[in-house]
Amino acid sequence: MDAELRELYQQVILDHNKSPRNFKKLDNANHSAEGYNPLCGDKINLYLIMEDDVVKDVSFQGSGCAISKASASLMSSIIKGMKKEEVEKLFEKFHDLVTGKLTDEKEIEELGKLAVFAGVRDFPARVKCASLAWHTLISALKDGKSVVSTEE
Amino acid sequence: MNKSAIHTESKIFDIEKIRTDFPILKTIVHGKPLCYLDNAATTQKPQVVIDKLVEFYTTMNANIHRGVHFLSEISTKEFEDARAKIKNFINAKSEKEIIFTKGTTDSLNLAAIAFGRGKLKSGDEIIITGMEHHSNIVPWQLIAKEKNIKLRVIPITDKGEIIFEEFEKMINEKTKLVSVVYVSNSLGTVNPVEKIIETSHKFDIPVILDAAQAIQHLNIDVQKLDCDMLAFSGHKIYGPTGIGILYGKEKLLNELPPYQGGGDMIAKVTFEETTFNSLPYKFEAGTSNIADAIGLGTAIDYVSIIGIDAIARHEGELLDYATDRISELPEIKIIGQAKKKSSVLSFVIQNIHPHDVGTFLDFEGVAIRTGHHCTQPVMDRYNIPATSRASFAMYNTKEEVDTLVNSLKKIIEVFN
Repeated sequence: MDAELRELYQQVILDHNKSPRNFKKLDNANHSAEGYNPLCGDKINLYLIMEDDVVKDVSFQGSGCAISKASASLMSSIIKGMKKEEVEKLFEKFHDLVTGKLTDEKEIEELGKLAVFAGVRDFPARVKCASLAWHTLISALKDGKSVVSTEE
Repeated sequence: MNKSAIHTESKIFDIEKIRTDFPILKTIVHGKPLCYLDNAATTQKPQVVIDKLVEFYTTMNANIHRGVHFLSEISTKEFEDARAKIKNFINAKSEKEIIFTKGTTDSLNLAAIAFGRGKLKSGDEIIITGMEHHSNIVPWQLIAKEKNIKLRVIPITDKGEIIFEEFEKMINEKTKLVSVVYVSNSLGTVNPVEKIIETSHKFDIPVILDAAQAIQHLNIDVQKLDCDMLAFSGHKIYGPTGIGILYGKEKLLNELPPYQGGGDMIAKVTFEETTFNSLPYKFEAGTSNIADAIGLGTAIDYVSIIGIDAIARHEGELLDYATDRISELPEIKIIGQAKKKSSVLSFVIQNIHPHDVGTFLDFEGVAIRTGHHCTQPVMDRYNIPATSRASFAMYNTKEEVDTLVNSLKKIIEVFN
Protein backbone atom coordinates (compact mmCIF):
# COMPACT_ATOMS: atom_id res chain seq x y z
CA MET A 1 0.00 0.00 0.00
CA ASP A 2 1.17 3.54 -0.78
CA ALA A 3 2.80 5.34 2.17
CA GLU A 4 0.45 8.32 2.07
CA LEU A 5 -2.51 5.97 1.99
CA ARG A 6 -1.15 3.91 4.86
CA GLU A 7 -0.72 7.14 6.81
CA LEU A 8 -4.44 7.85 6.29
CA TYR A 9 -5.66 4.34 6.99
CA GLN A 10 -3.54 3.46 10.02
CA GLN A 11 -4.18 0.15 11.71
CA VAL A 12 -5.86 1.89 14.67
CA ILE A 13 -8.33 3.52 12.28
CA LEU A 14 -9.05 0.24 10.51
CA ASP A 15 -9.59 -1.45 13.89
CA HIS A 16 -12.00 1.19 15.14
CA ASN A 17 -13.84 1.07 11.82
CA LYS A 18 -14.25 -2.68 12.10
CA SER A 19 -15.26 -2.70 15.75
CA PRO A 20 -16.33 0.79 16.81
CA ARG A 21 -16.37 1.48 20.56
CA ASN A 22 -19.50 2.87 22.28
CA PHE A 23 -21.54 2.09 19.18
CA LYS A 24 -25.02 2.06 20.71
CA LYS A 25 -27.86 4.31 21.83
CA LEU A 26 -27.83 5.67 25.40
CA ASP A 27 -31.45 5.53 26.49
CA ASN A 28 -30.89 7.85 29.45
CA ALA A 29 -28.89 10.49 27.53
CA ASN A 30 -29.59 14.05 28.60
CA HIS A 31 -27.88 15.59 25.57
CA SER A 32 -27.98 14.41 21.97
CA ALA A 33 -27.39 15.68 18.45
CA GLU A 34 -27.61 14.46 14.90
CA GLY A 35 -24.81 15.17 12.44
CA TYR A 36 -25.14 14.94 8.69
CA ASN A 37 -22.85 15.44 5.74
CA PRO A 38 -25.18 16.05 2.78
CA LEU A 39 -22.30 15.76 0.30
CA CYS A 40 -21.62 12.10 1.09
CA GLY A 41 -24.62 11.05 3.16
CA ASP A 42 -22.65 10.31 6.34
CA LYS A 43 -24.91 10.35 9.38
CA ILE A 44 -24.22 10.22 13.08
CA ASN A 45 -26.43 10.26 16.16
CA LEU A 46 -24.54 11.24 19.28
CA TYR A 47 -25.71 10.61 22.83
CA LEU A 48 -24.28 12.20 25.99
CA ILE A 49 -24.83 11.92 29.70
CA MET A 50 -23.54 15.11 31.28
CA GLU A 51 -23.23 15.57 35.02
CA ASP A 52 -22.03 18.94 36.36
CA ASP A 53 -20.43 19.81 33.03
CA VAL A 54 -18.53 16.52 32.93
CA VAL A 55 -18.97 13.83 30.27
CA LYS A 56 -20.27 10.88 32.28
CA ASP A 57 -21.00 8.70 29.28
CA VAL A 58 -21.06 9.02 25.50
CA SER A 59 -22.14 6.82 22.60
CA PHE A 60 -22.95 7.09 18.92
CA GLN A 61 -24.74 5.39 16.05
CA GLY A 62 -24.77 6.04 12.34
CA SER A 63 -23.21 5.23 9.02
CA GLY A 64 -20.16 6.60 7.32
CA CYS A 65 -16.72 5.89 5.94
CA ALA A 66 -13.86 4.37 7.94
CA ILE A 67 -12.46 7.82 8.74
CA SER A 68 -15.73 9.18 10.12
CA LYS A 69 -16.56 6.00 12.03
CA ALA A 70 -13.10 5.65 13.56
CA SER A 71 -13.09 9.33 14.45
CA ALA A 72 -16.40 8.99 16.31
CA SER A 73 -15.23 5.80 18.01
CA LEU A 74 -11.88 7.21 19.16
CA MET A 75 -13.51 10.45 20.24
CA SER A 76 -16.04 8.58 22.36
CA SER A 77 -13.34 6.57 24.09
CA ILE A 78 -11.24 9.66 24.87
CA ILE A 79 -13.71 12.27 26.13
CA LYS A 80 -15.29 10.22 28.90
CA GLY A 81 -14.59 11.99 32.20
CA MET A 82 -13.58 15.25 30.54
CA LYS A 83 -15.01 18.65 31.40
CA LYS A 84 -17.00 20.53 28.75
CA GLU A 85 -14.25 23.16 28.29
CA GLU A 86 -11.60 20.47 27.94
CA VAL A 87 -13.62 18.79 25.22
CA GLU A 88 -14.01 22.07 23.34
CA LYS A 89 -10.27 22.76 23.55
CA LEU A 90 -9.49 19.26 22.36
CA PHE A 91 -11.76 19.72 19.37
CA GLU A 92 -9.88 22.89 18.37
CA LYS A 93 -6.60 21.01 18.49
CA PHE A 94 -8.06 18.05 16.59
CA HIS A 95 -9.43 20.37 13.92
CA ASP A 96 -6.02 22.03 13.56
CA LEU A 97 -4.48 18.58 13.24
CA VAL A 98 -6.69 17.35 10.41
CA THR A 99 -6.51 20.64 8.51
CA GLY A 100 -2.72 20.68 8.76
CA LYS A 101 -2.47 23.75 11.00
CA LEU A 102 -1.01 21.83 13.90
CA THR A 103 2.56 21.02 12.90
CA ASP A 104 4.45 21.01 16.20
CA GLU A 105 5.44 17.38 16.85
CA LYS A 106 5.15 17.76 20.62
CA GLU A 107 1.66 19.22 20.41
CA ILE A 108 0.60 16.42 18.06
CA GLU A 109 1.97 13.88 20.51
CA GLU A 110 -0.09 15.44 23.29
CA LEU A 111 -3.22 14.48 21.37
CA GLY A 112 -2.47 10.85 22.21
CA LYS A 113 -4.49 8.34 20.20
CA LEU A 114 -6.06 11.12 18.17
CA ALA A 115 -2.68 11.70 16.50
CA VAL A 116 -3.51 8.81 14.13
CA PHE A 117 -5.68 11.28 12.22
CA ALA A 118 -2.67 13.38 11.18
CA GLY A 119 -2.74 11.69 7.76
CA VAL A 120 -6.08 13.33 6.98
CA ARG A 121 -4.31 16.66 6.32
CA ASP A 122 -3.08 15.27 2.98
CA PHE A 123 -6.68 14.51 1.94
CA PRO A 124 -8.62 17.81 2.07
CA ALA A 125 -11.78 16.07 0.85
CA ARG A 126 -11.76 13.85 3.95
CA VAL A 127 -11.46 16.57 6.62
CA LYS A 128 -15.23 16.66 6.95
CA CYS A 129 -15.30 12.89 7.48
CA ALA A 130 -12.89 13.21 10.39
CA SER A 131 -14.60 16.18 11.98
CA LEU A 132 -18.29 15.26 11.62
CA ALA A 133 -18.45 13.45 14.97
CA TRP A 134 -16.72 16.36 16.70
CA HIS A 135 -19.04 18.98 15.23
CA THR A 136 -21.95 16.87 16.38
CA LEU A 137 -20.45 16.54 19.85
CA ILE A 138 -19.96 20.30 20.21
CA SER A 139 -23.54 20.82 19.12
CA ALA A 140 -24.80 18.28 21.64
CA LEU A 141 -22.83 20.03 24.39
CA LYS A 142 -24.34 23.39 23.52
CA ASP A 143 -27.97 22.42 23.23
CA GLY A 144 -30.09 19.66 24.55
CA LYS A 145 -31.07 18.38 21.12
CA SER A 146 -30.05 19.59 17.69
CA VAL A 147 -29.13 18.74 14.12
CA VAL A 148 -25.85 19.84 12.51
CA SER A 149 -24.74 19.73 8.92
CA THR A 150 -21.20 20.01 7.56
CA GLU A 151 -22.55 22.40 4.93
CA GLU A 152 -23.88 25.16 7.19
CA MET B 1 -31.67 6.33 -45.66
CA ASN B 2 -31.16 4.12 -42.63
CA LYS B 3 -29.39 6.26 -40.03
CA SER B 4 -27.61 3.47 -38.20
CA ALA B 5 -26.23 2.28 -41.52
CA ILE B 6 -24.48 5.60 -42.08
CA HIS B 7 -23.18 5.65 -38.55
CA THR B 8 -21.43 2.33 -38.35
CA GLU B 9 -21.19 -1.26 -39.44
CA SER B 10 -18.49 -0.96 -42.06
CA LYS B 11 -16.06 0.67 -39.61
CA ILE B 12 -13.29 -0.95 -37.63
CA PHE B 13 -13.29 -0.13 -33.93
CA ASP B 14 -9.60 0.58 -33.29
CA ILE B 15 -9.26 0.99 -29.52
CA GLU B 16 -5.53 1.82 -29.64
CA LYS B 17 -6.11 4.60 -32.16
CA ILE B 18 -9.06 5.91 -30.13
CA ARG B 19 -6.96 6.02 -26.95
CA THR B 20 -4.31 8.14 -28.64
CA ASP B 21 -7.04 10.63 -29.60
CA PHE B 22 -7.55 11.45 -25.89
CA PRO B 23 -4.40 13.13 -24.53
CA ILE B 24 -5.51 13.01 -20.88
CA LEU B 25 -5.42 9.21 -20.88
CA LYS B 26 -1.63 9.43 -20.67
CA THR B 27 -1.86 10.94 -17.18
CA ILE B 28 0.01 9.21 -14.35
CA VAL B 29 -1.85 9.18 -11.01
CA HIS B 30 0.11 8.35 -7.82
CA GLY B 31 2.69 6.64 -10.02
CA LYS B 32 0.13 4.51 -11.86
CA PRO B 33 -1.40 4.97 -15.31
CA LEU B 34 -4.78 6.69 -15.14
CA CYS B 35 -7.67 4.25 -15.39
CA TYR B 36 -10.58 6.60 -15.97
CA LEU B 37 -13.88 4.91 -15.09
CA ASP B 38 -15.92 7.98 -14.15
CA ASN B 39 -17.44 8.56 -17.55
CA ALA B 40 -21.03 8.86 -16.36
CA ALA B 41 -19.90 11.99 -14.49
CA THR B 42 -18.07 13.41 -17.47
CA THR B 43 -16.23 12.04 -20.47
CA GLN B 44 -12.74 13.03 -21.56
CA LYS B 45 -12.23 15.14 -24.66
CA PRO B 46 -10.55 14.06 -27.89
CA GLN B 47 -7.78 16.29 -29.28
CA VAL B 48 -10.01 17.45 -32.14
CA VAL B 49 -12.46 19.02 -29.66
CA ILE B 50 -9.66 20.69 -27.70
CA ASP B 51 -8.15 21.95 -30.96
CA LYS B 52 -11.50 23.31 -32.12
CA LEU B 53 -11.85 25.43 -28.98
CA VAL B 54 -8.36 26.84 -29.49
CA GLU B 55 -9.06 27.43 -33.18
CA PHE B 56 -12.29 29.26 -32.37
CA TYR B 57 -10.71 31.66 -29.91
CA THR B 58 -7.61 32.07 -32.09
CA THR B 59 -9.28 32.72 -35.42
CA MET B 60 -13.06 33.14 -35.18
CA ASN B 61 -14.14 34.73 -31.92
CA ALA B 62 -16.95 37.24 -32.31
CA ASN B 63 -20.51 37.46 -31.08
CA ILE B 64 -23.02 35.72 -33.29
CA HIS B 65 -26.14 36.90 -35.15
CA ARG B 66 -26.75 40.51 -36.19
CA GLY B 67 -23.03 41.17 -36.69
CA VAL B 68 -22.20 42.21 -40.24
CA HIS B 69 -18.45 41.99 -39.94
CA PHE B 70 -16.12 39.23 -41.10
CA LEU B 71 -15.56 37.40 -37.78
CA SER B 72 -19.19 37.56 -36.73
CA GLU B 73 -20.23 35.94 -39.97
CA ILE B 74 -17.73 33.11 -39.45
CA SER B 75 -18.72 32.48 -35.83
CA THR B 76 -22.43 32.62 -36.70
CA LYS B 77 -21.93 30.09 -39.46
CA GLU B 78 -19.89 27.73 -37.24
CA PHE B 79 -22.47 28.03 -34.45
CA GLU B 80 -25.40 27.28 -36.75
CA ASP B 81 -23.42 24.47 -38.40
CA ALA B 82 -23.03 22.90 -34.96
CA ARG B 83 -26.78 23.10 -34.49
CA ALA B 84 -27.29 21.35 -37.82
CA LYS B 85 -24.85 18.58 -36.81
CA ILE B 86 -26.83 17.97 -33.63
CA LYS B 87 -30.09 18.02 -35.54
CA ASN B 88 -28.73 15.34 -37.87
CA PHE B 89 -27.23 13.31 -35.03
CA ILE B 90 -30.59 12.87 -33.26
CA ASN B 91 -32.53 13.05 -36.55
CA ALA B 92 -34.71 16.01 -35.60
CA LYS B 93 -36.96 17.42 -38.34
CA SER B 94 -35.54 20.90 -38.22
CA GLU B 95 -32.84 23.10 -36.66
CA LYS B 96 -35.69 25.05 -35.07
CA GLU B 97 -36.13 22.13 -32.70
CA ILE B 98 -32.56 22.29 -31.34
CA ILE B 99 -32.12 24.73 -28.44
CA PHE B 100 -28.67 25.35 -26.98
CA THR B 101 -28.62 25.36 -23.17
CA LYS B 102 -25.98 25.07 -20.42
CA GLY B 103 -26.55 21.35 -20.04
CA THR B 104 -29.17 18.73 -19.15
CA THR B 105 -30.13 20.45 -15.90
CA ASP B 106 -30.64 23.75 -17.70
CA SER B 107 -32.62 21.97 -20.43
CA LEU B 108 -34.92 20.32 -17.89
CA ASN B 109 -35.42 23.59 -16.02
CA LEU B 110 -36.30 25.26 -19.31
CA ALA B 111 -38.77 22.46 -20.04
CA ALA B 112 -40.30 22.60 -16.56
CA ILE B 113 -40.74 26.36 -16.52
CA ALA B 114 -41.92 26.80 -20.11
CA PHE B 115 -44.22 23.77 -20.01
CA GLY B 116 -45.36 24.59 -16.49
CA ARG B 117 -46.23 28.20 -17.29
CA GLY B 118 -47.71 27.41 -20.66
CA LYS B 119 -49.60 24.21 -20.14
CA LEU B 120 -50.13 23.25 -16.50
CA LYS B 121 -52.79 24.31 -14.06
CA SER B 122 -53.79 23.52 -10.50
CA GLY B 123 -54.74 19.89 -9.96
CA ASP B 124 -52.74 18.53 -12.91
CA GLU B 125 -50.37 15.59 -12.50
CA ILE B 126 -46.85 14.88 -13.77
CA ILE B 127 -45.36 11.38 -13.81
CA ILE B 128 -41.65 10.67 -13.27
CA THR B 129 -39.83 7.44 -12.30
CA GLY B 130 -38.26 6.35 -9.03
CA MET B 131 -34.78 6.44 -10.61
CA GLU B 132 -34.60 10.07 -11.71
CA HIS B 133 -31.52 12.21 -11.24
CA HIS B 134 -32.26 15.17 -8.96
CA SER B 135 -32.32 17.35 -12.09
CA ASN B 136 -35.49 15.62 -13.27
CA ILE B 137 -37.12 15.82 -9.84
CA VAL B 138 -36.40 19.25 -8.38
CA PRO B 139 -37.44 21.44 -11.37
CA TRP B 140 -40.81 19.65 -11.40
CA GLN B 141 -41.16 19.99 -7.64
CA LEU B 142 -40.60 23.73 -7.94
CA ILE B 143 -43.26 24.15 -10.62
CA ALA B 144 -45.54 21.71 -8.77
CA LYS B 145 -45.42 23.87 -5.67
CA GLU B 146 -45.98 27.07 -7.62
CA LYS B 147 -48.99 25.70 -9.50
CA ASN B 148 -50.37 23.14 -7.06
CA ILE B 149 -49.53 20.19 -9.27
CA LYS B 150 -49.08 16.61 -8.12
CA LEU B 151 -45.86 14.76 -8.88
CA ARG B 152 -46.35 11.00 -9.19
CA VAL B 153 -43.52 8.50 -9.15
CA ILE B 154 -43.38 5.13 -10.93
CA PRO B 155 -41.96 2.62 -8.42
CA ILE B 156 -38.95 0.45 -9.28
CA THR B 157 -38.17 -3.21 -8.59
CA ASP B 158 -35.25 -4.66 -6.61
CA LYS B 159 -33.45 -5.21 -9.90
CA GLY B 160 -33.86 -1.54 -10.85
CA GLU B 161 -36.60 -1.69 -13.48
CA ILE B 162 -39.75 0.42 -13.51
CA ILE B 163 -43.01 -1.39 -12.76
CA PHE B 164 -44.83 -0.69 -16.00
CA GLU B 165 -48.26 -1.76 -14.76
CA GLU B 166 -47.99 0.83 -11.99
CA PHE B 167 -47.28 3.48 -14.62
CA GLU B 168 -50.35 2.44 -16.61
CA LYS B 169 -52.46 2.61 -13.46
CA MET B 170 -51.17 6.12 -12.67
CA ILE B 171 -52.35 7.65 -15.93
CA ASN B 172 -55.65 9.45 -15.62
CA GLU B 173 -57.43 12.51 -17.03
CA LYS B 174 -55.31 14.78 -14.78
CA THR B 175 -52.00 13.49 -16.18
CA LYS B 176 -50.53 16.26 -18.33
CA LEU B 177 -46.90 15.20 -18.70
CA VAL B 178 -44.52 12.25 -18.36
CA SER B 179 -40.83 13.08 -17.80
CA VAL B 180 -38.51 10.10 -17.49
CA VAL B 181 -34.85 9.26 -17.49
CA TYR B 182 -33.77 7.26 -20.56
CA VAL B 183 -30.76 5.63 -18.86
CA SER B 184 -30.33 5.74 -15.08
CA ASN B 185 -27.02 7.30 -14.00
CA SER B 186 -26.85 5.32 -10.75
CA LEU B 187 -28.30 1.95 -11.85
CA GLY B 188 -27.49 1.81 -15.55
CA THR B 189 -31.05 0.76 -16.37
CA VAL B 190 -32.19 1.49 -19.92
CA ASN B 191 -35.86 2.33 -19.50
CA PRO B 192 -38.49 1.11 -22.00
CA VAL B 193 -39.01 4.64 -23.32
CA GLU B 194 -40.60 3.46 -26.57
CA LYS B 195 -43.35 1.75 -24.60
CA ILE B 196 -43.72 4.70 -22.22
CA ILE B 197 -44.08 7.11 -25.15
CA GLU B 198 -46.53 4.86 -27.00
CA THR B 199 -48.71 4.44 -23.91
CA SER B 200 -48.61 8.15 -23.02
CA HIS B 201 -49.45 9.25 -26.55
CA LYS B 202 -52.58 7.09 -26.54
CA PHE B 203 -53.85 9.60 -23.99
CA ASP B 204 -52.28 12.63 -25.75
CA ILE B 205 -49.77 13.08 -22.93
CA PRO B 206 -46.40 14.48 -24.03
CA VAL B 207 -43.18 12.76 -22.91
CA ILE B 208 -39.86 14.38 -22.01
CA LEU B 209 -36.72 12.24 -21.97
CA ASP B 210 -33.68 12.96 -19.82
CA ALA B 211 -31.05 11.54 -22.17
CA ALA B 212 -27.97 12.69 -20.20
CA GLN B 213 -26.76 9.08 -19.90
CA ALA B 214 -28.23 7.87 -23.19
CA ILE B 215 -26.90 10.21 -25.85
CA GLN B 216 -23.33 8.84 -25.65
CA HIS B 217 -24.35 5.16 -25.63
CA LEU B 218 -27.48 4.72 -27.75
CA ASN B 219 -28.46 5.53 -31.27
CA ILE B 220 -31.16 8.14 -30.72
CA ASP B 221 -33.66 9.04 -33.42
CA VAL B 222 -36.15 11.51 -31.97
CA GLN B 223 -38.59 11.08 -34.85
CA LYS B 224 -38.63 7.32 -34.51
CA LEU B 225 -38.89 7.57 -30.71
CA ASP B 226 -41.55 10.26 -31.13
CA CYS B 227 -40.56 11.85 -27.80
CA ASP B 228 -41.85 15.41 -27.37
CA MET B 229 -38.71 16.79 -25.74
CA LEU B 230 -35.26 15.40 -25.04
CA ALA B 231 -32.45 16.84 -22.94
CA PHE B 232 -28.73 16.11 -22.88
CA SER B 233 -25.33 17.59 -22.04
CA GLY B 234 -22.34 18.10 -24.31
CA HIS B 235 -19.74 17.07 -21.76
CA LYS B 236 -21.09 13.52 -21.45
CA ILE B 237 -20.59 12.92 -25.15
CA TYR B 238 -16.92 13.95 -25.37
CA GLY B 239 -17.78 17.64 -25.82
CA PRO B 240 -17.10 20.68 -23.61
CA THR B 241 -18.83 21.43 -20.30
CA GLY B 242 -21.33 24.27 -20.10
CA ILE B 243 -23.21 23.36 -23.26
CA GLY B 244 -26.29 21.19 -23.65
CA ILE B 245 -29.34 20.66 -25.79
CA LEU B 246 -33.06 20.70 -25.40
CA TYR B 247 -34.78 19.12 -28.36
CA GLY B 248 -38.49 19.85 -28.65
CA LYS B 249 -41.08 19.21 -31.32
CA GLU B 250 -41.58 22.43 -33.25
CA LYS B 251 -45.33 22.57 -32.66
CA LEU B 252 -44.94 22.13 -28.90
CA LEU B 253 -42.10 24.67 -28.63
CA ASN B 254 -44.19 27.22 -30.54
CA GLU B 255 -46.99 26.79 -28.02
CA LEU B 256 -44.75 27.42 -25.01
CA PRO B 257 -43.85 30.82 -23.55
CA PRO B 258 -40.16 31.85 -23.32
CA TYR B 259 -37.99 30.65 -20.45
CA GLN B 260 -35.74 33.68 -20.02
CA GLY B 261 -36.02 37.16 -21.44
CA GLY B 262 -33.21 39.23 -22.92
CA GLY B 263 -31.21 39.77 -26.05
CA ASP B 264 -31.42 37.51 -29.09
CA MET B 265 -34.81 36.04 -28.08
CA ILE B 266 -36.87 39.01 -29.26
CA ALA B 267 -38.29 40.21 -32.57
CA LYS B 268 -39.34 43.68 -31.47
CA VAL B 269 -39.16 45.39 -28.10
CA THR B 270 -40.95 48.54 -26.97
CA PHE B 271 -41.56 49.52 -23.37
CA GLU B 272 -45.17 48.48 -23.79
CA GLU B 273 -44.74 45.12 -25.43
CA THR B 274 -42.26 42.60 -26.81
CA THR B 275 -42.75 40.15 -29.63
CA PHE B 276 -40.53 37.13 -29.45
CA ASN B 277 -38.08 35.78 -31.95
CA SER B 278 -38.82 32.62 -33.90
CA LEU B 279 -37.52 29.17 -32.91
CA PRO B 280 -35.04 28.19 -31.67
CA TYR B 281 -33.94 31.75 -30.70
CA LYS B 282 -37.04 32.35 -28.61
CA PHE B 283 -35.44 30.07 -26.01
CA GLU B 284 -31.86 31.33 -26.33
CA ALA B 285 -31.77 34.61 -24.41
CA GLY B 286 -28.43 36.37 -24.14
CA THR B 287 -25.11 35.51 -25.74
CA SER B 288 -24.89 31.75 -26.12
CA ASN B 289 -21.91 29.64 -25.16
CA ILE B 290 -20.65 29.94 -28.72
CA ALA B 291 -17.25 28.25 -28.45
CA ASP B 292 -18.56 25.23 -26.58
CA ALA B 293 -21.51 24.82 -28.92
CA ILE B 294 -19.05 24.65 -31.81
CA GLY B 295 -16.89 22.26 -29.75
CA LEU B 296 -19.92 20.06 -29.22
CA GLY B 297 -20.45 19.98 -32.96
CA THR B 298 -16.90 18.68 -33.37
CA ALA B 299 -17.47 16.06 -30.65
CA ILE B 300 -20.59 14.89 -32.50
CA ASP B 301 -18.52 14.61 -35.69
CA TYR B 302 -15.94 12.55 -33.84
CA VAL B 303 -18.51 10.19 -32.33
CA SER B 304 -20.26 9.85 -35.69
CA ILE B 305 -17.02 8.85 -37.42
CA ILE B 306 -16.40 6.07 -34.90
CA GLY B 307 -20.07 5.17 -34.91
CA ILE B 308 -22.43 5.13 -31.97
CA ASP B 309 -23.40 1.49 -32.58
CA ALA B 310 -19.76 0.40 -32.55
CA ILE B 311 -19.22 2.38 -29.36
CA ALA B 312 -22.30 0.80 -27.78
CA ARG B 313 -21.11 -2.69 -28.72
CA HIS B 314 -17.67 -2.09 -27.21
CA GLU B 315 -19.12 -0.64 -24.02
CA GLY B 316 -21.61 -3.49 -23.78
CA GLU B 317 -18.75 -6.00 -23.89
CA LEU B 318 -16.92 -4.07 -21.16
CA LEU B 319 -20.02 -3.95 -18.97
CA ASP B 320 -20.62 -7.71 -19.37
CA TYR B 321 -16.98 -8.47 -18.63
CA ALA B 322 -16.89 -6.17 -15.58
CA THR B 323 -20.18 -7.60 -14.28
CA ASP B 324 -18.81 -11.15 -14.58
CA ARG B 325 -15.48 -10.30 -12.95
CA ILE B 326 -17.02 -8.36 -10.06
CA SER B 327 -19.53 -11.15 -9.48
CA GLU B 328 -16.53 -13.38 -8.65
CA LEU B 329 -16.09 -11.39 -5.44
CA PRO B 330 -18.64 -12.56 -2.83
CA GLU B 331 -18.16 -9.39 -0.74
CA ILE B 332 -19.53 -7.23 -3.55
CA LYS B 333 -23.16 -6.66 -4.43
CA ILE B 334 -24.11 -5.02 -7.71
CA ILE B 335 -26.84 -2.39 -7.36
CA GLY B 336 -28.93 -2.26 -10.51
CA GLN B 337 -29.42 -5.57 -12.28
CA ALA B 338 -31.89 -4.63 -14.97
CA LYS B 339 -32.07 -6.83 -18.06
CA LYS B 340 -31.20 -3.90 -20.29
CA LYS B 341 -28.30 -1.85 -18.94
CA SER B 342 -25.86 0.65 -20.31
CA SER B 343 -22.26 1.17 -19.27
CA VAL B 344 -22.85 1.83 -15.55
CA LEU B 345 -21.80 -0.56 -12.81
CA SER B 346 -22.86 0.49 -9.32
CA PHE B 347 -21.88 -1.67 -6.38
CA VAL B 348 -21.47 -1.86 -2.62
CA ILE B 349 -18.84 -3.83 -0.72
CA GLN B 350 -19.67 -5.52 2.56
CA ASN B 351 -18.38 -3.45 5.50
CA ILE B 352 -16.45 -0.99 3.33
CA HIS B 353 -17.87 2.46 2.74
CA PRO B 354 -17.82 3.73 -0.88
CA HIS B 355 -15.69 6.74 0.10
CA ASP B 356 -12.93 4.51 1.38
CA VAL B 357 -13.21 2.52 -1.86
CA GLY B 358 -12.87 5.75 -3.86
CA THR B 359 -9.77 6.91 -1.99
CA PHE B 360 -8.14 3.47 -2.26
CA LEU B 361 -8.83 3.14 -5.97
CA ASP B 362 -7.40 6.60 -6.57
CA PHE B 363 -4.06 5.35 -5.32
CA GLU B 364 -4.24 2.57 -7.89
CA GLY B 365 -4.83 5.20 -10.57
CA VAL B 366 -8.49 4.19 -10.85
CA ALA B 367 -11.02 7.03 -11.01
CA ILE B 368 -14.57 6.07 -10.06
CA ARG B 369 -17.42 7.98 -8.44
CA THR B 370 -18.69 7.31 -4.94
CA GLY B 371 -21.75 8.77 -3.26
CA HIS B 372 -25.44 9.09 -4.00
CA HIS B 373 -24.87 10.18 -7.62
CA CYS B 374 -27.55 12.88 -7.26
CA THR B 375 -30.16 10.14 -6.93
CA GLN B 376 -30.92 10.11 -3.20
CA PRO B 377 -34.37 8.51 -3.68
CA VAL B 378 -32.65 5.57 -5.40
CA MET B 379 -30.28 5.15 -2.43
CA ASP B 380 -33.28 5.28 -0.07
CA ARG B 381 -35.07 2.69 -2.22
CA TYR B 382 -32.21 0.22 -1.69
CA ASN B 383 -31.61 1.37 1.87
CA ILE B 384 -27.96 2.27 1.26
CA PRO B 385 -26.20 5.59 1.91
CA ALA B 386 -24.11 5.49 -1.26
CA THR B 387 -22.58 3.26 -3.93
CA SER B 388 -19.31 3.02 -5.81
CA ARG B 389 -19.85 3.45 -9.52
CA ALA B 390 -17.62 2.50 -12.42
CA SER B 391 -18.82 3.76 -15.80
CA PHE B 392 -17.33 3.00 -19.18
CA ALA B 393 -16.67 4.96 -22.35
CA MET B 394 -15.41 4.11 -25.83
CA TYR B 395 -11.75 4.39 -24.78
CA ASN B 396 -11.87 1.92 -21.85
CA THR B 397 -10.37 -1.56 -22.09
CA LYS B 398 -10.74 -4.98 -20.49
CA GLU B 399 -7.29 -4.47 -18.95
CA GLU B 400 -8.71 -1.46 -17.12
CA VAL B 401 -11.55 -3.60 -15.82
CA ASP B 402 -8.91 -6.04 -14.55
CA THR B 403 -7.12 -3.16 -12.80
CA LEU B 404 -10.41 -2.20 -11.16
CA VAL B 405 -11.12 -5.75 -9.99
CA ASN B 406 -7.58 -6.33 -8.71
CA SER B 407 -7.71 -3.04 -6.79
CA LEU B 408 -11.04 -4.04 -5.25
CA LYS B 409 -9.49 -7.34 -4.12
CA LYS B 410 -6.71 -5.38 -2.38
CA ILE B 411 -9.17 -3.15 -0.52
CA ILE B 412 -11.19 -6.10 0.67
CA GLU B 413 -7.97 -7.64 1.98
CA VAL B 414 -6.85 -4.49 3.83
CA PHE B 415 -10.22 -3.89 5.46
CA ASN B 416 -10.81 -7.44 6.61
